[in-house]
Amino acid sequence: MTSTQAVDDIVRSEYEHGFVTEIESDTLPPGLDEEVVRAISARKGEPEFMTEWRLKAYRHWLTMATPHWASVHYPPIDFQSISYFSAPKRPEDMPKSLDEIDPALLETYEKLGIPIEEQKALAGIAVDAVFDSVSVATTFRAALADAGVIFCSISEAVHEHPELIKQYLGSVVPHTDNYYAGLNAAVFSDGTFVYVPKGVRCPMELSTYFRINARNTGQFERTLIIAEAGSYVSYLEGCTAPQRDENQLHAAVVELIAMDDAEIKYSTVQNWYPGDAQGRGGIYNFVTKRGECRGARSKISWTQVETGSAITWKYPSCILRGDDSIGEFYSVAVTKGRQQADTGTKMIHLGRNTSSTIVSKGISAGEGQQTYRGLVRISQRAEGARNHTQCDSLLIGDRCSANTFPYIEVKHPSANLEHEATTSKISDDQLFYCRSRGLTEEDAVSMIVNGFCKEVFNELPMEFAVEAQKLLSISLEGAVG
Amino acid sequence: MLSVKGLRANVGENEILTGLDLEVGPGEIHAIMGPNGSGKSTFSHVLSGREGYEVTAGSVTFEGQDLLALEPEERAHLGVFLAFQYPVELPGVNNTYFLKAALNSIRKARGESELDAVSFLRLIKEKLKILHLNDSLLKRAVNAGFSGGEKKRNEIFQMALLEPKLAILDETDSGLDIDALRVVADGVNALRSPERSMIVVTHYQRLLDYIEPDRVHVLAKGRIIRSGGKELALELEEKGYGWILEQEQAA
Repeated sequence: MTSTQAVDDIVRSEYEHGFVTEIESDTLPPGLDEEVVRAISARKGEPEFMTEWRLKAYRHWLTMATPHWASVHYPPIDFQSISYFSAPKRPEDMPKSLDEIDPALLETYEKLGIPIEEQKALAGIAVDAVFDSVSVATTFRAALADAGVIFCSISEAVHEHPELIKQYLGSVVPHTDNYYAGLNAAVFSDGTFVYVPKGVRCPMELSTYFRINARNTGQFERTLIIAEAGSYVSYLEGCTAPQRDENQLHAAVVELIAMDDAEIKYSTVQNWYPGDAQGRGGIYNFVTKRGECRGARSKISWTQVETGSAITWKYPSCILRGDDSIGEFYSVAVTKGRQQADTGTKMIHLGRNTSSTIVSKGISAGEGQQTYRGLVRISQRAEGARNHTQCDSLLIGDRCSANTFPYIEVKHPSANLEHEATTSKISDDQLFYCRSRGLTEEDAVSMIVNGFCKEVFNELPMEFAVEAQKLLSISLEGAVG
Repeated sequence: MLSVKGLRANVGENEILTGLDLEVGPGEIHAIMGPNGSGKSTFSHVLSGREGYEVTAGSVTFEGQDLLALEPEERAHLGVFLAFQYPVELPGVNNTYFLKAALNSIRKARGESELDAVSFLRLIKEKLKILHLNDSLLKRAVNAGFSGGEKKRNEIFQMALLEPKLAILDETDSGLDIDALRVVADGVNALRSPERSMIVVTHYQRLLDYIEPDRVHVLAKGRIIRSGGKELALELEEKGYGWILEQEQAA
């Protein structure tokens, strides 16, 4: 939010409703310094250790510079013009009805078959009655509690499970890791915390969707998932419906920790607002996601479908520390219009007989720009490590682009690495062939694209996969011609 | 059923079709023969609506409709089918899924109900039986990694399933050995019906040993210069195209 907007808000609120003081206590003025970090921590009623944790991160962040190595282009961000804490919006400040929402967005909701009440929630409209999932959520929480699984907001976890937070927060992505991770550590708003005890198989797929208070967690989200020895959890993040947000910059951090024989499956469908036709107003999604296979025979699997945001900068990675541990990365990324994406993964092999699989499918249409950037590192003691990388790009039209930057570092002679890469175009021949069989051009594109992405969709939980296919078809409507 | 009058078409600067006339009645099989570069493939592509051809004059009417005004998929919905000379590969797209999507899009366009998975599989089995084919190709991606013969068989299978009113076979015999040719020709014969017309475009007479045409046309320099019964094909086989071209020039 820019300072003018914040001022406008206050002015308007005062005029309409006349309770200025309340506004002042809810939103911090734009800008970032130690006082702001302290204020955020205080508003959230955090214990001393957390405040210190944030301050340490903030002080380090001051010494860092924004990364420029990614193949994305945007004007410099003024970090002093951002407001770093705003309480959830009051109903009066939200759009009053769907009439005030971008019609293009509504059209997409319609195509995805999203119920009207949910459309309102997604578009950020105040809804009086909370829809059905409240009761669903309650039921789910009870089932989880029976299994001993902790599933709550990270703010709650700070209060209720400080020992776990102290032990694990920042242990995979330290505040020193990169500029945006440092910023996130200093000012993170909220996020999700999951703890699966030893030997427990989480009885259901966890999703933020079922955590009502997860909405409006803001631009600096923080997620921490811990799977103790022999446990299993599958986590779904995001939503196929395009999500609108007032905040342009999103810098989330996700940390996963898998102990001996534990498995974490993390699936994302990201569809943030990509901006208008000229790319204005779209979300900048600068995310740090990393999982550590800390125990032997543990497994972490990332699956992502990235279709939204103006700019995506994201590399879900695995540190394979435990012997025989497994890391996987399956990705479909779509850029169209003026979207830019620099995405990929890092597989850091530290333990013996560790193995990793990377399957990346990039689709570029319109004037979309896309880069796959991946690192496979085999350390000196990672005897018998294996990696298979498959990296395919599909171009639609002749104004888009795709780049591939695979980095490979091998320090053990027994390593076995394979890298396959292809770049292809949807050809006129393919389109004509499909059309001559009665399919429309759009159906043909969607069929060819879904065929291209099949290996990744196979990794998604069933209902998510169906939605993702539908989403892809909608995203690419009108992409040809 | 199909009426082509004075059709002229360009590819870039070059005029390929120079005034082509053709009348095809219901249930008739017409063979179009001609030397290389005579415009055979161009004619097939113009009929099915491929981009890259500019029609400059003439008309194509199919069951009373102006075919040239329609998109390729709309022509397919009306019942026009092109068996490709070079069938296109669609990696990752399952053949059965593709066929189901194609059939249902045609049914939908005709206001018929879409077939569910069970009825569709039943239909597939029935068609495989008629053509004496097994289902090995159906589990693979469309044409991906198929041999030449498999690709052509797949085209004929699609034709059997989509039940077109007008099938255009564009050099379906090219690149086939004699056994594959027989399989394809048997398929085509099994699909002959009073409601289905076919245009068989071919370079050689060979295919016409297996698929007996009602009419044979010689296409040269972008128009039909001679038409006759099936005996014309035999005459061409014996004498080549030279003599007709000479006669044509003399006239």
